[in-house]
Amino acid sequence: MKVLMSGNEAIARGVYEAGVRFAAAYPGTPSTEILEEFSKYEGVYAEWSPNEKVAVEVAIGAALAGEKALAVMKHVGVNVAADPIFTVSYTGTNSALVIVSADDPSLHSSQNEQDNRNYAKFTKMPMLEPADAQEAKEFAKIAFALSKKFDTPVFLRSTTRVSHSKSIVKLGKPVAYQDKTAITFNPEKYVMVPALARLRRVEVEKRLEKLKQYAETFRENKMEIKDRRFGIITAGMPYNYAKEVFPDFSFLKLGMVYPLPEKMIRNFAKKVKKIYVVEELDPYLEEQIRAMGISVIGKEIFPYTNEFDPGIIENAIKKHLKGDKFPAQKIPSRPPNLCPGCPHRGLFYVLGKQKVFITGDIGCYTLSFMKPLQGLHSCICMGASVGMAHGMSKALKEKGKGKVVGVIGDSTFVHSGITPLLNMAYNKSDALIIICDNSTTAMTGMQEHPATGFTLLGEPSKQLDLKLLVSALGIENIKVIDPYNLGETKEAIKEELAKDGPSVIISQRGCVLFKRKNYSTEKPLMIDAEKCTGCKVCLGLGCPAISWKKIEPKEGSKQQGISVIDEGLCTGCGICAQVCKFEAIL
Amino acid sequence: MIKKNEVKSVLFAGVGGQGILKASDIICEVLIAAGYDVKKSEVHGMAQRGGCVTSHVRYGSKVYSPLEKSGNVDILVSFEKMESLRYLQYLRKDSSIIVNSEKIYPPAVNIGASPYPSDIIKNIKSRFALVCEVDAADLAKKAGSVKTSNIVLLGALSKLMNIDRRIWVKIIENSFPEKLVKMNIDAFQMGIDA
Repeated sequence: MKVLMSGNEAIARGVYEAGVRFAAAYPGTPSTEILEEFSKYEGVYAEWSPNEKVAVEVAIGAALAGEKALAVMKHVGVNVAADPIFTVSYTGTNSALVIVSADDPSLHSSQNEQDNRNYAKFTKMPMLEPADAQEAKEFAKIAFALSKKFDTPVFLRSTTRVSHSKSIVKLGKPVAYQDKTAITFNPEKYVMVPALARLRRVEVEKRLEKLKQYAETFRENKMEIKDRRFGIITAGMPYNYAKEVFPDFSFLKLGMVYPLPEKMIRNFAKKVKKIYVVEELDPYLEEQIRAMGISVIGKEIFPYTNEFDPGIIENAIKKHLKGDKFPAQKIPSRPPNLCPGCPHRGLFYVLGKQKVFITGDIGCYTLSFMKPLQGLHSCICMGASVGMAHGMSKALKEKGKGKVVGVIGDSTFVHSGITPLLNMAYNKSDALIIICDNSTTAMTGMQEHPATGFTLLGEPSKQLDLKLLVSALGIENIKVIDPYNLGETKEAIKEELAKDGPSVIISQRGCVLFKRKNYSTEKPLMIDAEKCTGCKVCLGLGCPAISWKKIEPKEGSKQQGISVIDEGLCTGCGICAQVCKFEAIL
Repeated sequence: MIKKNEVKSVLFAGVGGQGILKASDIICEVLIAAGYDVKKSEVHGMAQRGGCVTSHVRYGSKVYSPLEKSGNVDILVSFEKMESLRYLQYLRKDSSIIVNSEKIYPPAVNIGASPYPSDIIKNIKSRFALVCEVDAADLAKKAGSVKTSNIVLLGALSKLMNIDRRIWVKIIENSFPEKLVKMNIDAFQMGIDA
């Protein structure tokens, strides 16, 4: 049967076809749908773990118990999980363990553009890289087979364009699940103390040698010899781009990007005259191939940054950048924005008006850095807001008193905000942390987490009580507020900033898009055109439902326009009515 | 049918929430049913929060890249009026454009910091031979719900694609719950008649 599938759906399908029934992940674009799709298959165990490190550790535990296990994350998630990954490479996996890294060239939804192929080399783990959905499914199966065969964790690397492109996939027959789980003891292999780790370290090099041999005949490392004047070495989606514009060139397409098949590459180099290495981001293949003493053309003509498309490759090789016939028009940009009725809007409207430094974090609320809210001033990675707020407040000493605030979402707080908050209590911090609790992982599309009280498989579960947790960490000043109430929000922030020691405000209101909680939707508000003075204060909320309409000034009046509310967009949250001094919003 | 070795492409553009991904999913199924190899690309995530959304659909006897290069898109379907201007560099002189009359103001226009571009249709008509403006929201309301705007636009697009209407109808029928099928078939027909 042939179906249209995204790369992510295909990875989930491939994992299922391989007879795998165990997976853990933390959501993150462009990886999220893999576990969502996998969780829909019959008889699987799939969980959202609180973060990627936990997800990998859960998968390692399952693998050691004899279960084939999958862990999924976006590229930056691998940084969080790097600690267990580096060492499970030493121990091996007993059963099978595959880690999906979904990279994001062009930073469509990420804070950086790191090239995670480097992790394969760094951790000495094999890495497969599919180029479309069909390959994504097949490579997922191969990854599990390789993991078992070589007793190694295996990386499966995707990119946004593989994960989120759809193409035709031929479904295979799923392998029936076999329960091979058992408790077995093998401390020499799994207790990584120096004396034992030194021994495993040697095994890692031996395994790598075997994998190098394997790569030479691996069926997904493919040579296509056509025009012998020009050869392209590539992997993943760039193969499709290059094939599109240079169908007659010779190709060496690598299905396994680590370790590389050196003999095959040398052989290819003998067959073709001029070799281009076509790869997005780092000169990862290029440097390794150059180190073999093979002369290639790479980053001197191809960009280091952003994803490619067929045109970028064609222009780089043909060197004739023909000017766009229709240059892009200068029109207002359309950045993503907080939704109408978003609970973050009230909070960040108030915060943006305080003369304080606000360390931000990863989530929808990061969007509040933009005008007109300008409600946060930094964003580094998941959980960074808490540690940074503490560090900044310590460094500023008296100057920082009441001047440093950290903001973090509920899912992000659970992911990696707990430990730095514990640190704030322990090391006598003076900053204020605000947990923007919208009861879901909103940015990636409403995933569950421990504080929602539901699991990925839809079962009700023990719900984390954020207030109790914060208190248990040693924070004494805790307030819970409703960010729809601007007065209460402002008052709470002022009070907590004035206090000595660390404080936490839990700003609690469910995401407006969140279906399960079924908040009673209020009636859309309206502007009383007679009362509106055109002062534009409500526009300072940056609500997509409020816009500015020019009017002809009436006689004796300087008023240039009025605010208008789009009743189709307005959710009736009432924040704008609270900022209007003329009671013009009803 | 298109020529052997030829790949055609449609670029869908608009704003998060307009049903662009659903529409491009439907057209992929239609193309598969019509016997083509198909690849489509889209970007999720941040774009869901009212940002720009695009989806490339490419089809032919064998398709490699899901992304089209600049200056090579055959048909642009813009779900929002101004967004049509954002992607002109993807088009050739002989490309066709279907543009929805709907205006969705970006933040800068909403707060009065910059104007919404004027004379958009005149602007693109002066550069491209085939520009078809469709008031999809109006037609969709007549079909039963403004939410079928995306299917109205598919109807308009279908006129440029030379694929049996029966295939379109069958795929649209399969794409919605039963109670929404008639409304969407009506919307599709209104797009054809527009």
